[in-house]
Amino acid sequence: MSDVAIQARNVSKSFRIKESGRIVQAVNDVTLDVPGGMISALVGPDGAGKTTLLRMICGLTTPESGTLDVLGIDAASRPQDVQDRTSYMPQRFGLYEDLTVRENMELYADLHCVPAGQREARNAKLLAMMDLDRFTERLAGRLSGGMKQKLGLACTLVRPPAILLLDEPTAGVDPLSRRELWSILKHFEEEERLTVLVSTAYLDEAALCGQVFIMHEGHLIAQGTPDELAALASGRCFDVELPAGTVARTVQAALLDDTATIADAVPAGGLVHCMLRRGVDEGTLQARFGLVAHSVPPTLEDGFMLLLREQQKKAVHSGESAGIPQDGQKGNDTPDTVADGTAGRDAPQDTAGGTGSPAHPASAGTGATPSVQRTPAVRPGTPETGSRIGAAGGGDTGAADDVVIEVRDLVKRFGAFTAVDSTSFCVHRGEIFGLLGPNGAGKTTTFRMLCGLLPATSGLLRVAGRDLRTARAQARANIGYVAQKFSLYGALTVEENLQFFGGIYNLHGRRLRERIATVRRQFDLREETGLPCNAMPGGFRQRLAMATGLLHEPQILFLDEPTSGIDALARRAFWRQITELAAGDTTIIITTHFMEEAEYCDRMVIQDAGKILALGTPGEVRRQAGPDVTSMEEAFIRIVEQHRAAQAGDRS
Amino acid sequence: MNELLNWLRRLRVLCRKELLAILKDPASRIVLVLPVIAQTILFGYAATFDLDEVPYAVLDESHGAASTRILAKMDGSGIFRRVATLRVPADIARCINAGEALLVLHMPPDLDSRLTAGDTAPVQAILDGRNSTTAGVASGYLSSIVESVNAERGVSMPIVLKSRAWFNPNLETRWNIVPGLIATLSMMQVIMLAGLSVTREREQGTFDQLLVTPLSPPEILIGKALPPMFVGLVQATLILLVCRFWFRIPFAGSLWTLYACLTLFILSCVGIGLSISAVSRSMQQALVYTFVLIMPLILLSGLATPIANMPEALQLLTWLNPLRFMLECVRRVYLEGAVIADLAVNCVPMAAVAVLTLPLAAWLFRNLD
Amino acid sequence: MKRPVPPACLVRLSALTHKEFRQLWRDSSNILIGIVLPIILILLFGYAISLDVRHAPIAIVMDDDSPLARDVLSGLDGEYLSPRYVASMREAERLLRAREVDGIVRLPADFADQLATGSAQVQLVLYGTDPTSATAIRGYVSSALNLWVLRNSDRGGPSPGVAADTASTGRIEVVDRLWFNAANSSTWYLVPGLVVIIMTLVGAFMTALVMAREWERGTLESLFVTPVRRSEILLSKIIPYFLVGMIGFFMCLLAARFLFQVPLYGSLIVLLLTSMLYLIVSLALGLVLSALTKKQFLASQLALFATFLPAVMISGFLFDLRCVPPLVRYVGQILPATYYMELIKTLFLAGDIWPLILKNNSVLLGYAILFLILAYLGTPKRLFK
Repeated sequence: MSDVAIQARNVSKSFRIKESGRIVQAVNDVTLDVPGGMISALVGPDGAGKTTLLRMICGLTTPESGTLDVLGIDAASRPQDVQDRTSYMPQRFGLYEDLTVRENMELYADLHCVPAGQREARNAKLLAMMDLDRFTERLAGRLSGGMKQKLGLACTLVRPPAILLLDEPTAGVDPLSRRELWSILKHFEEEERLTVLVSTAYLDEAALCGQVFIMHEGHLIAQGTPDELAALASGRCFDVELPAGTVARTVQAALLDDTATIADAVPAGGLVHCMLRRGVDEGTLQARFGLVAHSVPPTLEDGFMLLLREQQKKAVHSGESAGIPQDGQKGNDTPDTVADGTAGRDAPQDTAGGTGSPAHPASAGTGATPSVQRTPAVRPGTPETGSRIGAAGGGDTGAADDVVIEVRDLVKRFGAFTAVDSTSFCVHRGEIFGLLGPNGAGKTTTFRMLCGLLPATSGLLRVAGRDLRTARAQARANIGYVAQKFSLYGALTVEENLQFFGGIYNLHGRRLRERIATVRRQFDLREETGLPCNAMPGGFRQRLAMATGLLHEPQILFLDEPTSGIDALARRAFWRQITELAAGDTTIIITTHFMEEAEYCDRMVIQDAGKILALGTPGEVRRQAGPDVTSMEEAFIRIVEQHRAAQAGDRS
Repeated sequence: MNELLNWLRRLRVLCRKELLAILKDPASRIVLVLPVIAQTILFGYAATFDLDEVPYAVLDESHGAASTRILAKMDGSGIFRRVATLRVPADIARCINAGEALLVLHMPPDLDSRLTAGDTAPVQAILDGRNSTTAGVASGYLSSIVESVNAERGVSMPIVLKSRAWFNPNLETRWNIVPGLIATLSMMQVIMLAGLSVTREREQGTFDQLLVTPLSPPEILIGKALPPMFVGLVQATLILLVCRFWFRIPFAGSLWTLYACLTLFILSCVGIGLSISAVSRSMQQALVYTFVLIMPLILLSGLATPIANMPEALQLLTWLNPLRFMLECVRRVYLEGAVIADLAVNCVPMAAVAVLTLPLAAWLFRNLD
Repeated sequence: MKRPVPPACLVRLSALTHKEFRQLWRDSSNILIGIVLPIILILLFGYAISLDVRHAPIAIVMDDDSPLARDVLSGLDGEYLSPRYVASMREAERLLRAREVDGIVRLPADFADQLATGSAQVQLVLYGTDPTSATAIRGYVSSALNLWVLRNSDRGGPSPGVAADTASTGRIEVVDRLWFNAANSSTWYLVPGLVVIIMTLVGAFMTALVMAREWERGTLESLFVTPVRRSEILLSKIIPYFLVGMIGFFMCLLAARFLFQVPLYGSLIVLLLTSMLYLIVSLALGLVLSALTKKQFLASQLALFATFLPAVMISGFLFDLRCVPPLVRYVGQILPATYYMELIKTLFLAGDIWPLILKNNSVLLGYAILFLILAYLGTPKRLFK
């Protein structure tokens, strides 16, 4: 069954960026065969060229060189023939927001000339699978993000396409909807032997596919089945137990910072999953950090991270400047500190002191320092290192008595609709507090009320002792806010954005210059290209948005889905920053759709339909979901489903 | 004192950002300057009832001294341009119908004989009434030419009307319209800019960001109001320069008075624009609202047609229109040299619009969601 | 499948058109521009905008208060002028300065004596800031005086020419005949001209906006990867807005005929066909603009500055294009709106003048073909990024 559906031979495509006149090689000499009758995944960091490749396949743009055969048709010369046979769902799926669910589907059914007889049965089936059958008359613009994506998928499936191309269909979608989407895809793969090529930022999704293509800066750097790619990291992956009194993120941070020995580390299910560098003995974890580790089989994510880190190293060696986060060496005043294994400890303390940190944790997080780093790697870790990790974690919990945010019986109604229903929780100083829930659960509403952007219908709301909505302006000087869409002034340059956000928080003169220099270091924004930040890639804008939110050193930081649409590598760097801020006593409220990110939180709530379903530490939430639950994603899905089932039971 | 200093600093930062957002892009800088100048010049020439090269045809059945004299005067006037010389009366219809000539002058065969007989001799002028205003003006020109021929021939009316016009001796329409453009064009731009300013930020998500900063709604409002005002005043200045140095219309008043009125007027426009911005959910909506509002504002302003020609009810409606009052201010300052005291009556309604719309916009920013 | 299956292209086209109608109907701003604004414009142009000066207030200063002088000035009172007698010139000037009157008519103290000698002067002071009214007032006063002279000469008073030495020389008199506008009312040409403005508005402005919106929102990207052809996409944009444009046309037509009693001398069918042709030109131009810009803001600005404002200012709507400086005339002659404007005024007020109809319609047809080709070429099923 695995005949070749899409055949690319030495395909290249470049663009000229209008603002700078720079030529960007979006796709560079890519040769690949996408097998028919199964789902294949296209993964890679921001700006890897995934979208451009997909657009070339469906004939929306033509390759500069090379050939692209889709179902035996040359996509460049006969795009219409390709488009007659394929379905494509772009990143921003073009639903007509002022049409209803049914009208959108009928439009696409008509465009594909689905005969009336077949249409009804198929549409009904699709709507039922997508769980949209209750909303057929609702305007697409009124659907939640997850529902929109599902409707978008339904529109591409109004007839069985020969090839289905999906460009990040699950970006910004909650885990439940994500799982539903994938079960639908799998269903069609099995039932109709559908050929799918999907680009995604989620590696757990890619792991479900038959074939995975990994792209990086226009190149195809690896391909294979998920198992083959995971096997690249075999024998190097371990789950590390947390020493008593520590939280996962501090252990992870310490591990990540030791770029000489550790290739990757991420909190998972109450442990820290980590991957050693090549040639590093597995006993190192015990010897150097005093941590207890168990060898585990590698995941696709491990293989992927390994490949990316190697790419980065290559880029550094050849002196290229990469579009993804910069390496730690360039422009760094004290490279030794980064290379030194103790950098991870120093950096948080510096931030706690409120001054600019000379170390560069973002780059430390993304690793890849040239050969210098070998030297300290040989240096044996002392037992102190381990105890240091413990101490850092202990310090965190010690400061947690101080309530910074207090929410009691908070209610928000829009007309007859209750968006937030008697919600209560509090957040302590220096905590990372996660707000989780499916799309449309009331997270954003709660979030906006906390920030003072929406008035509450009833209930008590205190942020730093005040209601921000009625508080005098000065109270707002203590908070930082990073909105979902990284709200920056697109036409302004990096420096202009920073000056503006600093200025409205009354920073000026030398103080402003110092703060700008500091956040530029912190967030790897040293390069001033003079370009409007619209012309910058998503990961860059995300870092800049964070930088603008932190210029005035707020005590409380609100982050609304800061990692949506950001690749795994950049997310590691982001969380490394957050860990550091929390260590510096900044309170952080964050919403996210990446459930594994909840593991970074001290405590979290899970909301659905405006109600709080779970509240506690990640461990507590997992236990609440069930004794056998190990991953946060599973816990989340189970808690939400249990609640929904119970409600459905109540109603009937 | 320190508070005030901080306040001013924040305001400066806000205005700087706003101006950068407007002026950063070279294309939008051009969009703000070139069309305004081009329109002023183009409309300055087009928007006039002072006729230039009126195409006319003649059917001369007399071929006598009188008709030759009239035609010589017509062709030498610079106002009329002969496009055809007709042979038979049937040609008249064809000529007018096809739009070839605006006016056909028909000299009857007995023109000279009637004149020598001492009778009144009619010369017929057939006018194309598809634009009756232009036709009326052309007819007026023709009458005065014929009257001057009469006078040369020693025949004059017993009553002579000696007219002179204040402030605009040659009664040129351009003197009325072009200074009016100072107010009209800058109003269009200011409402558009202010109307888009908040909606643009809403669409980009930056407006929430502003609301959570220590900036208070009045501060945001001032920050949003000043930059469009600045752009509006610059545009007004450009148009003023075109008036003065391209069209050479003499400026009779004081610049201070003009700018004082302009500032007040533009403030009221900013208020209108920001209110539109506050109620619009998308940039498209803001554009549409702006457009739908600007049309009646201009039509009911007296830019091209006198307010006094309107029905009573509509004349009352124009009291809500700041442009109406600004047009009067700008014309009176520019042409008549009026001083603030003369214009106080006009300034009050403009100020009222500003005082109503600006707080309304500030309130809407925060309470409309 | 018992029913015959319609051709695929028609199914797709009708689906897209249907979609467009729904969007049109659901977005209130469309209704605002397509229906509400035309109504506002019709009412404003019909009622508010008038170039015909009526009841203009003037002050009269009679330094000579003789019955003869009073008789001379009695002709001023009427539909056109509202005279107001004041005692002194100073008072009159105050009124003029305060804009309570638009002009001052002054009879010198020895007016009656002057008139007896056959050469009397009447002074007229006008408010030049408003030259349109001033010119009209001058015309009214002048013709009122002339009328008195003629009437008076019938009664044996001093007649034109009498005072001159060559008593045997007659006077040349211009007799005006205003064709096509019996009422001498600007409404007669403004309201039909408004059809052009509204068609331009609906055609260029609205289609530019909706097409650019599809580019901006990325909906075209998913539409492209379907069997849909670009001609179908373009047609689906043209059809609904064509209908909206025709609604505007009929509103204007009805308002012109029945609200403002403008005559329609030409044939309705020619008017209808011509208007459809211009609407297509306008719609295609809107599509070209959106293809050029692909951004709502830019497209709307362009539509405003490149089509709408010129249609108002230099198409011959308000100001006769034949009597403006050559440069403006040439610019005006580039605009399709100019040709349609000329046609529509002719059809309403003059009748079916075939040479003009054929000439201007061929120009419009040329523009329609040109813009449709440009729109087609400018909307490839490709993305440039």
